[in-house]
Amino acid sequence: MSTIIAYFKGIGQGLNTLWTGMKVTGYYFFHARKEIITMQYPDNRDTLKIPERFRGRVVMLHDQNNEHACNGCTMCEMACPNGSIKIITDKILNPETGKAVRIIDKHIYHFSMCTLCNLCVQACPSNALAMDNSYENSVYDRSELTFVLNQPGSKIRDNVKD
Amino acid sequence: MNAIYDFSILTGGIHERLSGLMSPTAVMITEMVIIGTLLIVFVALMGLVLVLAERKVAAFFQLRLGPNRVGPWGSLQTLADFLKLLTKELITTKSADKFLYNLAPFIVMLTPFLALGVIPFAPGLQIMDMNIGVFFITAVSSMGVLGILIGGWASNNKYSLIGGMRSAAMVVSYELSVTLAIMTMVIMTESLSLSEIIASQSDGWWIIKGHIPALIAFLLYLTASTAETNRGPFDLAEAESELTAGFHTEYGGIKFAFFFLSEFVNMLVVASIATILFFGGWMPFHLPFEWAVGFNHIMDFIPGIVWGFGKVTFVIFLMMWFRWTFPRLRIDQILNLEWKYLLPMNLVNFLLMALIALSGFYL
Repeated sequence: MSTIIAYFKGIGQGLNTLWTGMKVTGYYFFHARKEIITMQYPDNRDTLKIPERFRGRVVMLHDQNNEHACNGCTMCEMACPNGSIKIITDKILNPETGKAVRIIDKHIYHFSMCTLCNLCVQACPSNALAMDNSYENSVYDRSELTFVLNQPGSKIRDNVKD
Repeated sequence: MNAIYDFSILTGGIHERLSGLMSPTAVMITEMVIIGTLLIVFVALMGLVLVLAERKVAAFFQLRLGPNRVGPWGSLQTLADFLKLLTKELITTKSADKFLYNLAPFIVMLTPFLALGVIPFAPGLQIMDMNIGVFFITAVSSMGVLGILIGGWASNNKYSLIGGMRSAAMVVSYELSVTLAIMTMVIMTESLSLSEIIASQSDGWWIIKGHIPALIAFLLYLTASTAETNRGPFDLAEAESELTAGFHTEYGGIKFAFFFLSEFVNMLVVASIATILFFGGWMPFHLPFEWAVGFNHIMDFIPGIVWGFGKVTFVIFLMMWFRWTFPRLRIDQILNLEWKYLLPMNLVNFLLMALIALSGFYL
């Protein structure tokens, strides 16, 4: 008897789940004008809105005083799966304590090798890196894809820990 | 039904005009040539329209735009694809069985052509009114699998062979359900002639008059016929994800187009049969009550060809909805569904319909 009940229950459940699925796709079909997410990119270039979480390329965040939060710990360099980040560090003497402090000279980023996996941004302990929303990043020469992320003349923010 | 919408006025006029010009034999040959040409044009046009509709509908279900570059709203996309397929080189693989390999696309295309020959799309718009139309269609539609099987076998390719075999196992099983669902309705219609079946629904469609068993039969027919056309959740013969393209892996150019076209025209045939059996073919929406006479009269003003193709479009849309919603089944699940669920339900439904027909418990 229980197998018979299970048989009919199975039919009922099957029909119910099929109807649930049809409701979802049916809603999409009849609300296509509102719901379609395709962007016809070159046509709507003026009105194009890039989603906030879109990964364009890696940038280093600078504030209005041209200060960044990178202390050259090379966590991002180690996290990068394809070695597209190279950090050249430098040492300066802290005038107050007389100790040598590590700062970055150049944060070199090879966009040509980057897969935009976001691992460097996640690995950074001081949130110095981020992904921007840029697109149309193609260039005519490979050398133009190598960026120095820290802006010229920038320095590390005071409150960043070692 | 308003007589003005009857196509037999047009066809009869042409017949009389031709009879005045030449001998009866010549008239017959001329009419056969005209009808054959029209049928080929109709199938080609329906193929183009249905492929475009499928792509657009699929796109909307998946929140895409679909083809929208060639012509307004992409309306010429399938024409461009068809021209591309026409100009491609026809390649026969080295180890293929040449004769059967080249024969298979024609057998596959033959089935929908034969079936379309007896289907009435509008009053008078029927090539041949057979008194065993339903029987003819069920007999002919089982020939389609032969083409698929031959194509799969003659390609001499493992994917093609597996696809063809799967299709054979599936179609042979689901033929039973399709036929039983049709027979359930034939109990009610008391005729095998498609035009008489439509005429029997002049006071209401069978899906309304036959209530519960007719509704069950419609669902069973829709499921089984989707499987029979190798579409939707039952597209195991093609199985893009497993068998590259299944039985037509080795076909290219216009031969591939034949397989592709036959799938869509088969869908049209299946939807037409569903329309004729359950929704009254070209018959307008009538209610079998005395107070509904005025309503029935208003419905008569919409031409039969609009009703016919409107209802066929509705059934085709349902099948497309199934295809782009439901997950695909494995071969054992498909055979389970047929032998453990659809067939017993069909048999019980058949009995139920017989009881209802005997007791007169229908409208």
